[in-house]
Amino acid sequence: MNLNKLTIKQAHQGLKKKDFSAIELTESFLDRIKKQNNSIHAYLTITEELALSQARIIDKKIANNEEINILSGIPLAVKDLIMVEGIKTTAGSKILENYIAPYDATIIKKLRKLGVVIIGKTNLDEFGMGGSGENSGYTPTKNPHDLERVPGGSSSGSAAAVADDQCVYSLGTDTGGSVRLPSSFCGVFGLKPTYGRVSRYGLIAFASSLDQIGPIAKTAEDVEIIFNAIKGKDELDSTSFNENKEIEDVNIKGLKIGVPKEYFVEGINPQVEEKVKKAISQYEKKGANLIEVNLPHTEFALPCYYIIMSAEASSNLARYDGVKYGFSAKENDILKSYLKTREQGFGDEVRRRIILGTYVLSSGYYDAYYLKAQKVRTLIKQDFDKVFEKVDVLMAPTSPTTAFKLGEKIDDPVSMYLSDIYTVSVNLAGMPAISIPCGDIDKLPVGLQIIGKQFDDEKIIKIAQDYNYEK
Amino acid sequence: MDINHISKLARLGLSKEEKEKLKKDFSSILKFVDKLNEIKADKINPTSQTIGLENVVREDKGRAKSKNETEKLLKLSPETKDGYVKVKAIL
Repeated sequence: MNLNKLTIKQAHQGLKKKDFSAIELTESFLDRIKKQNNSIHAYLTITEELALSQARIIDKKIANNEEINILSGIPLAVKDLIMVEGIKTTAGSKILENYIAPYDATIIKKLRKLGVVIIGKTNLDEFGMGGSGENSGYTPTKNPHDLERVPGGSSSGSAAAVADDQCVYSLGTDTGGSVRLPSSFCGVFGLKPTYGRVSRYGLIAFASSLDQIGPIAKTAEDVEIIFNAIKGKDELDSTSFNENKEIEDVNIKGLKIGVPKEYFVEGINPQVEEKVKKAISQYEKKGANLIEVNLPHTEFALPCYYIIMSAEASSNLARYDGVKYGFSAKENDILKSYLKTREQGFGDEVRRRIILGTYVLSSGYYDAYYLKAQKVRTLIKQDFDKVFEKVDVLMAPTSPTTAFKLGEKIDDPVSMYLSDIYTVSVNLAGMPAISIPCGDIDKLPVGLQIIGKQFDDEKIIKIAQDYNYEK
Repeated sequence: MDINHISKLARLGLSKEEKEKLKKDFSSILKFVDKLNEIKADKINPTSQTIGLENVVREDKGRAKSKNETEKLLKLSPETKDGYVKVKAIL
């Protein structure tokens, strides 16, 4: 049996039946990571000691015939933007190269209580800023399906680690597509929950009105298990809330699926379009009704997103001043020390976004850029509200292309931004969406995106479970 | 865009070469975001929060950190003195 290929459910069964121990399971992933990390670079830190100590506890429980949770003893990888107490948390940035998280993120606390095994911290675009993984302040992650290609970003290591069997599941974060895009490029399942359903406490802030933590896994069943474990209101995150929904099975027969016209226009790779349409037609064959719908402000979503995201990022990243923590450049006066610390500590894309964000918030430009973008955000949200009066879910591609080559877009920021064209609207409107593998083109995976009404996370996960993968 | 002014506002030092590169990048980025000028949105309310939460407050009550917690935080600071974070003179 190849332990590294198991889903959460299968690994849980194996542990319960004593086919293998939690230590054996953990060691088999540690071996795989050590073998693969020099070529894929999915991990920035391997938490071997922590993982083995957590696995040992679960083995004791199993030996004592104690009940264990479905996630007990199952190794996961955590995006290095999420704090795990006592473990280095870099945000993929040199400015936090030696930062040891002083406390656990709320979701990590929740998962620890369930007896999970944290196997490592995964690589990412610095602070979550990027769509390819190439903006990592360390080494870019490679796509396990083709090492010359990017895994997508910014949760590049989290998606690559799941795809390459270097963990059973992982946690990513999604500000403009950062869970869904790499899930699509790596051929795995990734959920961006409704804004507020998962606590952001202990997540290093990038753009606070858009950021959401989400699971990445090998099946939609696993996504459900992880989401159930991490969701819910947290007193330490005032934007989180409880939505006590009973998860009912969704009947595909009669389900109204909206297909947004604006997501199948020029710019999409025709083969991607074909795969995605074929996947949608599978639901039609099962009795769903397809309805063509319009999201007229789609073309404004990316510029709107870039203004709001940069503005929030420039504000959130003001805290990296070399005084309280992180890298600090030694200069004679305080202003010089700020300027140098931030010049040397941040990478190119982060600096670009801080400058853009500062500009759109600066006196004389606020109304024209930031306020305008917030108004356009209202129009984008209204597009979704209107469409969801007529349909139950939307289905669309996750990305217009399959994984591109490393270096292909790095010198052209605008062309890189276009990879997010089908994902950013969902963050601007606060909706849930899941990317699921729906086929491949020349061995490169294609993702189908299922977008739900706000708070319909459980429903889109169930609908994702009804899809039968075909090449 | 006055790159020197923005760089100072952002407390972000930039080398001469980088300023030139950013100017070039920004001509395409600003062209890209200027697309929003095509929409008239004067009468639209701005959105800053998508799930309808408003003014979520908690009790205005502090909590003393334990010695263990403060020690961990101080250890992360580049320079400390007598249990305080040390900062360069501001005035």
